[in-house]
Amino acid sequence: MKLSLTKVVNGCRLGKIKNLGKTGDCTMDIPGCLLYTKTGSAPHLTHHTLHKIHGVPAMAQLTLSSLAEHHEVLAEYKEGVGKFIGMPESLLYCSLHDPVSPCPAGYVTNKSVSVWGVGGRVEMTASKFMAIQQALQPDWFQCLSDGEATCDEATSIKRARKSVDRSLLFLDNCLKLQEESEVLQESMIIGVIEGGDVMEERLRSARETAKRPVGGFLLDGFQGTPTTLETRLHLLSSVTAELPEHKPRLICGVSQPDEVLECIERGVDLFESFFPYLATERGCALTFSFDYQPIPEETLLQQNGTQEEGKYVDQTKKSKTTSCNREMTSFEINLKEKKYQEDFDPLVRGCPCYCCKNHTRAYIHHLLVTNELLAGVLLMMHNFEHYFGFFQAIREALKSDQLAQLKELIHRQAS
Amino acid sequence: MAAVVSPTSLESAPRIMRLVAECSRSRARAGELRLPHGPVATPVFMPVGTQATMKGITAEQLDALGCRICLGNTYHLGLRPGPELIQKARGLHGFMNWPHNLLTDSGGFQMVSLVSLSEVTEEGVRFRSPYDGDETLLSPERSVEIQNALGSDIIMQLDDVVSSTVTGPRVEEAMYRSIRWLDRCIAAHQRPDKQNLFAIIQGGLDADLRATCLEEMTKRDVPGFAIGGLSGGESKGQFWRMVALSTSRLPKDKPRYLMGVGYATDLVVCVALGCDMFDCVFPTRTARFGSALVPTGNLPLKKKQYEKDFRPIDPECACPTCQKHSRAFLHTLLHSDNTAALHHLTVHNIAYQLRLMSAVRASIVEKRFPDFVRDFMCTMYGDPTLCPSWATEALASVGITLG
Repeated sequence: MKLSLTKVVNGCRLGKIKNLGKTGDCTMDIPGCLLYTKTGSAPHLTHHTLHKIHGVPAMAQLTLSSLAEHHEVLAEYKEGVGKFIGMPESLLYCSLHDPVSPCPAGYVTNKSVSVWGVGGRVEMTASKFMAIQQALQPDWFQCLSDGEATCDEATSIKRARKSVDRSLLFLDNCLKLQEESEVLQESMIIGVIEGGDVMEERLRSARETAKRPVGGFLLDGFQGTPTTLETRLHLLSSVTAELPEHKPRLICGVSQPDEVLECIERGVDLFESFFPYLATERGCALTFSFDYQPIPEETLLQQNGTQEEGKYVDQTKKSKTTSCNREMTSFEINLKEKKYQEDFDPLVRGCPCYCCKNHTRAYIHHLLVTNELLAGVLLMMHNFEHYFGFFQAIREALKSDQLAQLKELIHRQAS
Repeated sequence: MAAVVSPTSLESAPRIMRLVAECSRSRARAGELRLPHGPVATPVFMPVGTQATMKGITAEQLDALGCRICLGNTYHLGLRPGPELIQKARGLHGFMNWPHNLLTDSGGFQMVSLVSLSEVTEEGVRFRSPYDGDETLLSPERSVEIQNALGSDIIMQLDDVVSSTVTGPRVEEAMYRSIRWLDRCIAAHQRPDKQNLFAIIQGGLDADLRATCLEEMTKRDVPGFAIGGLSGGESKGQFWRMVALSTSRLPKDKPRYLMGVGYATDLVVCVALGCDMFDCVFPTRTARFGSALVPTGNLPLKKKQYEKDFRPIDPECACPTCQKHSRAFLHTLLHSDNTAALHHLTVHNIAYQLRLMSAVRASIVEKRFPDFVRDFMCTMYGDPTLCPSWATEALASVGITLG
């Protein structure tokens, strides 16, 4: 694996990660996102419908919470989770938790971490964790870690320190076990930066984790709680400053467009793509513009459109909250609203996705009102494509030194 | 394409079916329907897409599976989103963006089966909407009006539907009323050049009543006939006899549509009895319950026995699900909350049904339909003695003996 930076501007890293995958010839662009999956499948989508989407990321995110309980089956299968789920060509990253489903706190011990599957709690020591990874054989996996420093209202220094200590211990154990496993030689451990909201602990975590032979870093504990991301951005910059340039930085729990840009400016490379999924689940379509270079007439139209949309959105629903919030954001429209009943426009004019090329807002509205399964399929197709398009726009803006325009455009739509 | 006819009479109703081959033993036929949205090979199974959607699979997926005709429900669509909106959307084809053929039923069956407070009079069916409580009357005229707005290629008459388990004078009343309603539908039909109105033979399980209905309805020169009032709670023995009676009295040069039939065995037997078109919610509904259709029956994939079964549902099946996924993965996915699991099975089950009909048709064209039937029954039941007796009898009645 080789990370090459094309340029770094205002803290934002633009580049490519090359020589990825079992065959060593896959590439990923950064900044970028990972395809969000539930139990090894993009939500609502079969291989057929997934591949109608343009710009699907080269790497998909699997969650241990959905797969740990199937350890036995995967071990017997032997050929790895990629083949099992029908995505043998995709790069795979296995995270501990599902960013969308909060897990009960209080189950991390010095020796184990728990995840929650359909069948209940799965407790994992480092050995069990690595045994599961052996059965999965992902390209990258998040190391076992203690992410609960930020679970309580006020992070105590003691708890923050513990999260760092435990995570480092888990990391060293897992690295050792990896050395002893032939199967896992091709997989890369992603070190997890913990430390809650305590600067000293965050720095310690970053410095210590960076000393280990990890393939990349996951910035944990910056995700949505009543305290928004904003108050943690300072911590984030300090953390990434301690990390080596040539290894990727992932962040979990952050997926909303405005937050994504804030994190990119602070040295983050890769994001989860659960935001389009959350929008889908509330019957919404992403409609925010990322066209930072529109031709003049279109600017006016789009602005009017945005303003008009803004007028109807219930003020109590709009809130600048973090990604895991289930409430509708200002980046989307709610197709359940009666006003879409006779709207024969596509979800987003000019969008090249399957849904926008073939269907109307009126049809999606009908599917939602009648509780039809196809609503989820079509919205997911649009929302993923729109979101992946956003990331492409970020990369292009960085390339042409126009990120400020894109940022301004996104911020205009964020409230 | 339907020929242009004068709006006042259907005396020269178009022959929309062309017979390609007939079994020399049984009554099985292979043919081709010529419909406004393209040709359809028969015998054909039509998946049911009740509310302008095929339950979780896209129009493109359905097209890729080879489906060329599917169903929409007038009752559901008449309530939501309503005929006016659909007309604005360029008909049901435009609304759901389906390029091939659509058949809509009249709403009659749903009236009776879904609505507890429905009342049938000579006028029509009076019912209370389950969504907003409003009272409406679905008359033959209104049903045709809605279907004209929907623009489906085949539309069904409003019939007076009684459950096949009902006996007594109600059955006779319903049969005669259905004839009168057929005439009202024909008179009300505004678009005979673009939409083919089918009659529905009623008469319950009474051979005399059914024969009367057949005699009367076949005097009306409609483009096709459906065999209705069956596929309810009746015994299979009664079921096949009514189907056989119906096909023996229906014209050969018009399609015979057996409503509500979709189990594999039933399809094969009823093709032998001379039916050309079928619809049923079963394959798509059972998919959403985790059950995959295979030549030997079905696989309830949620069951533990499939947890480590790394084979595809059917190694002979060319559908996307079988090409990419194992039973074990589908089992895992079915136990999650990812709806993709249901879609995988819907795709497969539709593929199964279409492939079955394709195979049936090929065997008729290649003059080996009786052998095909024997092979099919053998695969499904193993021994001829294990074959359901009604099927054995029905097949025997048209000259096909098993084992």
